[in-house]
Amino acid sequence: MLSRTAENLYWMARYMERAESTARLLTMGQRMAILPGAHHRDEWRSVVRATGAGHQFPEGAQVTETDVVSFLMLDLDNPSSIRSCLLKARSNAKSARTMLTQDMWEALNDGWRKLDSYDVAEARQHLPELIDWVKTRVMTFRGATHSGQLRNEGHDFLRCGSALERAQMTLRLLDVKYYVLLPETEVIGGNRDHYQWTSVLHALSGSRAYHHVYGGTYTPWQITDFLMLNRLFPRSVAYCYTQLAYRLNRLAGWHDARSEAHDTVQEMVEGLEQIDSGEIFRIGLHETVQSGLRMTNRLGAEIAQAYHFG
Amino acid sequence: MPFHEMFEPDGSIRPCYAEVQNWVERTGVAGLNRRMDEAEAIFRRIGITFAVYGEGGDPERLIPFDLLPRIFTAQEWRVLDKGIRQRARALNAFLHDVYHRGEIVKAGIMPADIIYQNSAYLAEMVDFTPPGRVYSHIVGIDIVRTGPGSFEVLEDNCRTPSGVSYMLENREIMTRMFPELFAQGIVAPVDDYPAELLKSLKEVAPPACKGDPVVVVLTPGSLNSAYYEHSFLADLMGVELVEPADLFVDEDRVWMKTTLGPKAVDVIYRRIDDEYLDPLAFRPDSLLGVPGIFNVYRKGGVTLASAPGSGIADDKAVYVYVPEMIRFYLGEKPILDNIQTWQCAKPDERAYVLEHLDELVAKEVHGSGGYGMLIGPQSTKDEVAAYAERIRANPVEFIAQPTLDLSTVPTLGPASVVGRHADFRPYCLVGKQIRLVPGGLTRVALTEGSLVVNSSQGGGVKDTWVLQD
Repeated sequence: MLSRTAENLYWMARYMERAESTARLLTMGQRMAILPGAHHRDEWRSVVRATGAGHQFPEGAQVTETDVVSFLMLDLDNPSSIRSCLLKARSNAKSARTMLTQDMWEALNDGWRKLDSYDVAEARQHLPELIDWVKTRVMTFRGATHSGQLRNEGHDFLRCGSALERAQMTLRLLDVKYYVLLPETEVIGGNRDHYQWTSVLHALSGSRAYHHVYGGTYTPWQITDFLMLNRLFPRSVAYCYTQLAYRLNRLAGWHDARSEAHDTVQEMVEGLEQIDSGEIFRIGLHETVQSGLRMTNRLGAEIAQAYHFG
Repeated sequence: MPFHEMFEPDGSIRPCYAEVQNWVERTGVAGLNRRMDEAEAIFRRIGITFAVYGEGGDPERLIPFDLLPRIFTAQEWRVLDKGIRQRARALNAFLHDVYHRGEIVKAGIMPADIIYQNSAYLAEMVDFTPPGRVYSHIVGIDIVRTGPGSFEVLEDNCRTPSGVSYMLENREIMTRMFPELFAQGIVAPVDDYPAELLKSLKEVAPPACKGDPVVVVLTPGSLNSAYYEHSFLADLMGVELVEPADLFVDEDRVWMKTTLGPKAVDVIYRRIDDEYLDPLAFRPDSLLGVPGIFNVYRKGGVTLASAPGSGIADDKAVYVYVPEMIRFYLGEKPILDNIQTWQCAKPDERAYVLEHLDELVAKEVHGSGGYGMLIGPQSTKDEVAAYAERIRANPVEFIAQPTLDLSTVPTLGPASVVGRHADFRPYCLVGKQIRLVPGGLTRVALTEGSLVVNSSQGGGVKDTWVLQD
């Protein structure tokens, strides 16, 4: 397979994953902003932080819903906005067109300029509907991939992209909310915590799954355990790392060659196997998450190098 | 009145259109217009678009599609088929001659200037013979019709004629929407075109090729106006679609960069213009090309389809001589006629053109896509005068042709079936054999009376049927 094609598939999957995560974050922002006292906590700021773009909003001034919807949904100058992501995913797909099934292409091509016709006021007014639209697009794309794409190396590159992107989003979300999850900041079990936690879980579409695993109680270590270490939850960091290791091993099999990326991913998987949530809190959640983000960035660079991305 | 493809002058239906007429009556024009919207939605979703540069609005447009097919009888097709193959053979023979002995000039049939002073002539190709002596591997010939038995060639396209994806997709959509029309099996299928193309390309593998030839399609990239077609053809042939940056030259071979490392490429169906192919051989400022590829080509390490320098055969000034080429190289009588053409380079013909410009169609010799032409009868006095000035200033750059009484084909209007002018482009494949699928692209002017069918000028497309006996 052409290296450029592999790169396009990998990034196409990352952009689609990112569009969906961002849509979920907007839902989380809306939920949290309607809680009592939200104004003082500057909840919308935590949303932009979770996308890794917090530095774009100066400290001091309140970040508003209008700011965030404009920046994360519509702004073409923001390379991570939903609109940018969908356009770039389509452009990647167009360049790798011969590797996509017709259904995958149609999922990306259907309504690809829809967001062009919205200004921020309309987008706010129709936010739930637009978020649903984005999620449906991504899920249709994922479904088409799941049911139609050949399980060749192209598929492995695509899945690597989505697993890496997903791990990063979960890590960043944990980082932004780690202070909420720490017992020092609030009395555990308070209503506000309850809503904050459900919002985080909701942002990762994991609140129902969490109940099934831990019952009805929310504790910082259980939530951390769930989002970092649970091997059954598909948005947990551990699950994403395992996926990455599996996909990279398959690629090593196709190519009969291993690279630094394979050592790194092995290290990442083993690192999480040797740790529990108590240990994470002893090291510090923030530190653990930061080291996870560094590792995923390194892995991304090593994958690009190993397969001759441009 | 121009010849109407569907109706006789007395208003009766030409027999080959009887089935279509029944279908229109059964479905009704309103019903067909509803189906047209469905067809457009399908085209849009599957992404059959072409890019239009610099006009604002939607950067990827649909070419308007018309539901009513254009029909050739089996007998009409036999004549076209022979005439097209004949022309493709003569054009390739001419290209070989041009870059070798120049017999046609020595015989006094063509003036040397037209060839050797032409910007499409490529001195770098002299004394080199491409594999199989094939220069133009895909010959698209634009044909118009002026009467029951009279087909005339408007233009030859020897470089990278586009539009074949529309021939295939138009048929696909018609069979999807109206399976009953095809149930009787009277329409000859065109869907083996990609397989025939691949066969033709493999037949011209270079001497360095070992084993099954590796074929690729080379596109300038996803922003190119014909990118959809490039990816479509690569997909249907099951070969890689590469961009120049995916290729490099080493040890007299061309390689593509894959995740497994370099892989040798044998045949490149390139959809990039000559001058952008290789910055070492041609334009040094080209960011597109593959450095050194032309040298590998000359050494037999790779085949470029079509060959660089093929453009000399489809130049509008050279076009005038194609019937002579057929007689000279093949010793045959031309089956398809040229349209009468005046060359402004010749003083007496120029004088005629300038005097009758308001009745003629004038074109730039190197122009394409319907740009830079003047349709005398549809232009204002000022436009005609301005164009005459351009001809006087640089006569060798212009030719003129009579305003033809082009046939009209049935086309779906809002309330009835209307007649619109159309042309036709079949795609002739040249490898060791010559191959031609029964069909091609019919382009139709959607404005009443208009003679311009180019998609860049608002023309549309329709399915083309060749009936089987």
